[in-house]
Amino acid sequence: MMELFSPFYQELFAALNRGFLMSVALILPSAVGGICIGIAIGSVRVYTRPLFRRLGDAYAALFRGTPLVVQLFILYFGLPNIGLYLSPYAAAVIGFILCSGAYQSEYVRGALLSIRRGQYLGAYALGLTSWQTISSIVIPQAIRRALYGCGNEVIYLIKYSSLAYVVTCMELTGEGKTIATEYFRFTEVFTVIGLYYLGLVTLAMMGLKKLEQLLYIPGFGRQ
Amino acid sequence: MTITMPPILQVENLYKSFDNTAILKGVSLRLHQGEIKVLIGPSGSGKSTLLQCINCLVQPDRGEILLDGTAVDRTSKTSLCRLRQEVGMIFQDFNLFDHLTALNNIIIPLRKVKKICRREAEKRARLELEQVGLADKTELYPAQLSGGQKQRVAMARALAMDPKALLLDEPTSALDPELIGEVIAVIKNLAARGMTMLMATHQISLIATLADEILFMEQGSIVEHGSPSVLLAPGSNSKSQGFCDRLNELSDGRE
Repeated sequence: MMELFSPFYQELFAALNRGFLMSVALILPSAVGGICIGIAIGSVRVYTRPLFRRLGDAYAALFRGTPLVVQLFILYFGLPNIGLYLSPYAAAVIGFILCSGAYQSEYVRGALLSIRRGQYLGAYALGLTSWQTISSIVIPQAIRRALYGCGNEVIYLIKYSSLAYVVTCMELTGEGKTIATEYFRFTEVFTVIGLYYLGLVTLAMMGLKKLEQLLYIPGFGRQ
Repeated sequence: MTITMPPILQVENLYKSFDNTAILKGVSLRLHQGEIKVLIGPSGSGKSTLLQCINCLVQPDRGEILLDGTAVDRTSKTSLCRLRQEVGMIFQDFNLFDHLTALNNIIIPLRKVKKICRREAEKRARLELEQVGLADKTELYPAQLSGGQKQRVAMARALAMDPKALLLDEPTSALDPELIGEVIAVIKNLAARGMTMLMATHQISLIATLADEILFMEQGSIVEHGSPSVLLAPGSNSKSQGFCDRLNELSDGRE
């Protein structure tokens, strides 16, 4: 027990708490941004003209088809070649938003395509415009269908946010790795880091569960 | 009467084909105030397509749709929305909005299309639900309603828009036999209130008792039309009579 108050653990927890805050600062805007991009691109890929559809498809194919590390490297180390300098934090958040958005767009697209044609017919037959139909009838239903997939993606995001440290953004994993290298105690450090992530994911799952309950409507999702 | 009112709804020479298969081959009909016309005919004869073409849920290839004697400009979104407000539609599979309660299913078009304030819309919605005998089901979602109740909500929703005419596309075909009665009662009540209706149905009791005119469709054309008393008279040898006889045999067999 005394071990927990040793200089090593004091330094470790100080560093990890700092890193934890940075991780949260990375995850929150990335999750929100990813969902927004996902809804926008997902809708574009379902509703717009073939040209825009194909552009949306290409975006999703590119960001789902290349490793996130490569995307981050290009944002942070590649863009300066064309005169664009991003801070480590900005590069990481932009990378996460773009990557997460590509995956989210797929969940949103699937949900939009799953809405029965009859829902559109019912709305059009009453005189609703296409926009009113999509915004008041289709999207509220699609959100409930996409919720599970989108939540899954947020949970993934929490864990791939650990890649921020490869572009020198010192979040949970980065801070921990520094301490581990300093003391050469990898097992303890990474176990504790793992617990931090487990805590974060648990919180996220509780939040998602709450959201599911909030949005619950008979006939959607659980019976 | 020498001065004749223009028909509420007039369809002139409607053509529609899907993938080079002609579904409608020049259909024309007129619907005057308070008239009830019933479309019958074998499956695939184009009844549903005709109804969906009339309020442009399916865009006809050629032909005119006239509302109160004025041709509808099908290229203009505003005139399409106006047409659809004034010509209500009842579907075989109800098409209620799955994420909204019975009450909100009626409120949403009143608010979005008619721009009525929330309070007024809710009042109207409650009134309409009461009319179809569902005053106690306002807060239930479509998944919690029976087929007959869903169809009655759909009718309340269409009626709340104050349509000039109602198109009904086999309103009882997706219902269990014991639920058909409640929907028929609502339709008969509407007829008694003078609603103008064009209805595709296989429900013999609706055909015989309500129709002012029977329109018999076959392979995309109206091949026979006339009042039920003439077409369904014993020995008339009409296609309509043959068709209704077959329907009768089927329902006798079931009961």
